[in-house]
Amino acid sequence: MALAVAVLAAFDYSAPERMQFETDLSWIPGLNLRFHLGLDGISLPLVVLTALLSFLCFGYLAGRPSGPSQDATRLGVLRPRALVFTLLVLEFGMLGTFVALDLLLFFVFFEVVLIPMYFVIAIWGGTHRRAAAIKFILYTLLGSAVLLLGLLLIWSQTGTLDMVALAKSHPMSRSVQIIAFVAIGIGLAVKTPMWPLHTWLPDAHTEAPTVGSVLLAGVLLKMGTYGFARIAIPILPEGAEAVAPWLGAFAVIGIVYGSLACLAQNDLKRMIAYSSVGHMGFVLLGFATLTPVGINAALFGNVAHGLITGLLFFIAGAIKERYGTADMTRLGGGMLTRLPYVGSLLTFACIASLGLPGLAGFWGEMLALQGAFQPATALPRPLFLTFMTIGGLGAVLTAAYFLLMLSRITHGHPGEPTTTPPGPPVDTAEGIPDLTEPVAAATESTGDSAIPAPGTDRGLIAHGSDEAEGPAVPVGGGDEFAASAGGMHRAEESGVPVGPQAMVDPGAAVEMPRVEESAVPVGGGDRSEGSSVRVRGTDRTEESVVLVRGDDVVEVISGGGGQPGPGSKLADVMPSELAAWVPLVALTVFFGLWPSALLALTDPAVQSLLGAP
Amino acid sequence: MIVAAALIVLLPFAAAVAGLLGSRWPGGVSRTEENNLRANRRAAWFAVSAAVAALALTLWLAWQTSGSGGSGDLFWAEFLPGSAEGTLTVIGTGAIPISVGLQVNGLSVLTAILVTVVALAVQVYSVGYLRGDSRFPSYSAFISLFTSAMLLVVFAADLLVLYVGWEIMGLCSYLLIGHWWEDRANSRAAVKAFLVTRLGDVAFLFGIFTLGFAAGSFRIDDIIAANLPTGTLILATMLLLGGVAGKSAQVPLHTWLPDAMAGPTPISALIHAATMVAAGIFIVARLFPLFPQPTLDVLGVLAAIGMLGAALAAFAQDDLKRILAYSTISQLAYMAAALAAGSPNAAIFHLTSHGAFKALLFLCAGAVIHHVGSNLLSHMGGLRRAMPITFWTMTIGFAALMGLPPTSGFFSKDAVVLAIEHSTSPIRLLLYGSALITVGVTGAYAIRAWLRTFFGEEHVQALAEPAPGTAHVFDGREAPRTMVWPISLLAIPALLFGFIGVADMDWPSAAISLLVALLGAGIVYTAWRSAPHADPARLLGPFRAPCEQAFYLDRAYAALIARPILSLARGVVRTDTHVVDGAVRGSARLTIGLSSFAKLAQNGNAQLYVTGLLAGVLLIAVGAVMWG
Repeated sequence: MALAVAVLAAFDYSAPERMQFETDLSWIPGLNLRFHLGLDGISLPLVVLTALLSFLCFGYLAGRPSGPSQDATRLGVLRPRALVFTLLVLEFGMLGTFVALDLLLFFVFFEVVLIPMYFVIAIWGGTHRRAAAIKFILYTLLGSAVLLLGLLLIWSQTGTLDMVALAKSHPMSRSVQIIAFVAIGIGLAVKTPMWPLHTWLPDAHTEAPTVGSVLLAGVLLKMGTYGFARIAIPILPEGAEAVAPWLGAFAVIGIVYGSLACLAQNDLKRMIAYSSVGHMGFVLLGFATLTPVGINAALFGNVAHGLITGLLFFIAGAIKERYGTADMTRLGGGMLTRLPYVGSLLTFACIASLGLPGLAGFWGEMLALQGAFQPATALPRPLFLTFMTIGGLGAVLTAAYFLLMLSRITHGHPGEPTTTPPGPPVDTAEGIPDLTEPVAAATESTGDSAIPAPGTDRGLIAHGSDEAEGPAVPVGGGDEFAASAGGMHRAEESGVPVGPQAMVDPGAAVEMPRVEESAVPVGGGDRSEGSSVRVRGTDRTEESVVLVRGDDVVEVISGGGGQPGPGSKLADVMPSELAAWVPLVALTVFFGLWPSALLALTDPAVQSLLGAP
Repeated sequence: MIVAAALIVLLPFAAAVAGLLGSRWPGGVSRTEENNLRANRRAAWFAVSAAVAALALTLWLAWQTSGSGGSGDLFWAEFLPGSAEGTLTVIGTGAIPISVGLQVNGLSVLTAILVTVVALAVQVYSVGYLRGDSRFPSYSAFISLFTSAMLLVVFAADLLVLYVGWEIMGLCSYLLIGHWWEDRANSRAAVKAFLVTRLGDVAFLFGIFTLGFAAGSFRIDDIIAANLPTGTLILATMLLLGGVAGKSAQVPLHTWLPDAMAGPTPISALIHAATMVAAGIFIVARLFPLFPQPTLDVLGVLAAIGMLGAALAAFAQDDLKRILAYSTISQLAYMAAALAAGSPNAAIFHLTSHGAFKALLFLCAGAVIHHVGSNLLSHMGGLRRAMPITFWTMTIGFAALMGLPPTSGFFSKDAVVLAIEHSTSPIRLLLYGSALITVGVTGAYAIRAWLRTFFGEEHVQALAEPAPGTAHVFDGREAPRTMVWPISLLAIPALLFGFIGVADMDWPSAAISLLVALLGAGIVYTAWRSAPHADPARLLGPFRAPCEQAFYLDRAYAALIARPILSLARGVVRTDTHVVDGAVRGSARLTIGLSSFAKLAQNGNAQLYVTGLLAGVLLIAVGAVMWG
């Protein structure tokens, strides 16, 4: 990260179209493969974005004593160091992809990314992580195979793999270019992902841990689109011209299809994943126009999407952590009442994502449509006008699903749908004492709040649960403590063991009857130690009674009849989360208000990229 | 001068940021009663001081641009001939650059005065109206943000910059309609408002593209100066009309406005009566030279339908705010009709006076609702003694709405009718007929609302627990001072503003429309006298139900658009899991199936392997012999 900032400072802004910081070493001389790295206006923003997001992910992890892994307890070992290692390898691969200037080197870095991502999903993921991870790796490997074929075709035709040299001269014939473009295009489209090659994405996102989702959406998807800007279009201009209408068509189908899929989603993370399909549709549409404005739009959209969707996934992860589920019907409404700050940040991120002017998401969308209004001269204009219209309607649909989602989960009364679990998964753990003594919460003494239950070992807490509200973090900010100091409410005890379990498997919670789950507090080895645990605060002066009805209907009924006060029960934004989110928010606003900061960087590069055919 | 304009835009924006981030911090982050109060106070100071500063700067701008040396046939050019333009920076996008800049001219200054005056009044009013609301800081910050966005629209020199402000206004409208989001209905209304306007805005954006690419620039002056072919102009302005219809709540995209009344009343006054909905009219006036006759005719037909339909719908409503909302649609259609008749002059005149009197009406309605604790006319009555100030100011507002002399509405409505009368448009008769009938219906619904609110028997009963979405019930007889002052101040322009147009009056035509208005009012008054308890809306007879439902347009949209899209969405999800993903899984199964074939050879039977080996050797040997 520090290095990235240094590079950012040292970058020669007067000539962004030129390659800078070039490193050109001989790598495998026998095959004339070179270790050729470099940065220009196209890759710099992405490199900085990657470094920033990775840094924020580490900050996010470091700020939470309890590691991100939801399955840690089930696996027995949490392995935070392994996670950090994996993420570092991931970052290495991503950065490498963005600076590589040699086709084969690009491919190698491209592949390096897959492996750690596979492990992130497969080890630290959710319930169905195995299937998702396998789907992810097979899908992308298959894409990579096609990509490799395309790259080799270029090599066999030209005898060089240096991107800079290739972008300057185009010795290949038109038909070869088309074949190569299709091959490379498919390979990159899998990663982007373009409709209809997107189905790995929702699964991977839904199952991946928060940091995995953030990096997946924020950076991995950008590798596909970066490939278009770096390889496919400059090296194969004629191929691009021939295939662009198809690319555009798939892009707008993706926009509308992704938006419609979002409208009917129930799972928050899945919805955001599908929204990526829609947004990447705009990016691809920008590329398909083959105009400077379109490619600028695509690059801008890339960065904006990385920031905004990264933020969305961070927040969705935080929500999942608190409620134990990302299912919108189970989340219920009233998040703005229960978690005012998280709710407002979610609102902000959604509004940014739906392309509101003044925030970063807008410029990519608007410029892509503008590019489609007047595509490159070789392309059929009426067709692209149709694309533009459909894309515009897609933008309305995008607004529709985000607003409906906001309306469903942030508005309304907290207790509204009866199926809503009352609080963080820890609460389900809390169901244990509550099962036997329903008013345990109210009668529990307030004195020993935030003291780990005896027999719980501290180290276990440190990496034991995903529940960041564990004792090591000031729970809920000073707010909550102040409240408990003030009166008789809110007994906070730390709940380690069962918490993770409930939270670990939100899916499982749906499947298996809740009673069973809570009746077996000692499912895993670690869990046996924690007997009691977090007793959630009651509200203000009201007693809250936790009822367990039937199998999994858990509901908090506020005794006083009023609505729960804001910020009660669930911890709102935590410092570590805030630290990770604020830079994203700030950058989203910054690029939204000052788009030229980014456009000035990409535009000359794009001009030279298209201007030297 | 341009610096002042920039400050006018930026000050409310700064206030919004300060109000959002700074009203609880430092100290008092936790939400206790005391901290809430303090945060509210601080937020109010941020918002009000920014609004005052913006107003002062706008007045200074007006003074700077004023002079008598004006020329041209537009009245704002006469009063405020000065203009200035400044460009902050140019954003290169690879195609046509966007120039971030502001422009000050008579029209923009005039509209800015309207915006800042109403915004200030609403900010002050809100302090009293939302006293004790724990979300007041964000509320006032959003109003500031809205003010800033609206002023950006007003002063923008570039269409895309204008579009930025245009959309942010929509966002603020969404956030503020949904201010009491505990109630699902409010939340739904907010979403609906945003989506319907956004649909229009996409068309608006495409219209901007068409103009910009044809003219080679997005700067408004360049586009107006460019000599564009008529075909392009028709296409572009038709697309722009989409955005105008969405924002200004014109048929067929008007359905969000009545629902938007779910927001707090001051918001309805500011956004949904005086300013944001007027932005569409403002844009047409600003770009008027670009609008060719066919587009204006389309606008005229929409306006003719809208003004009469909305007026009839207003007559049948029982909710005071919805009456005012439909009345806003109808009055905006008047402005659109004036534009269609070729007179942006009359349109802007009516826009300004309507802004004043409709904001006044809404704020008064807010005071009434505050007092009664209900929006419904059937819960009101006999309030004129309990709330004398509100009564008199609201009377002025209703008189202006009906177009009675000497209020501003009389002059501006006359200007509109006159413009229609003298226009050369092919749909002149349609417009004129519709306008006159609407004048009558307006008189009828205004007098109905007035009578049922302030006269008759008092049947006010305080509701025990006010539902979210209505204001709290106060015991006091008149509204708090922070609410009364803005009302009284707004009553002055509502009463007197019209006199600037007194020179252009055409008395015979004014007399005709006055007569029609009085006729409508008289019928309702007679009906009311004969049976004070019954609702005069019964005069509509069998048409009452369709009018109350606004001609079932909402249901039609729900059935024709919303539901098909939702079922399409579900269809897409099914397709995704069964067809697209099914193909993926199918290929996996296929691979596994194929591998089981290959597995047959690998069954671990050594004899089979050896046999295979020998057969292979034999084949090679035979091959070698034969082709060797």
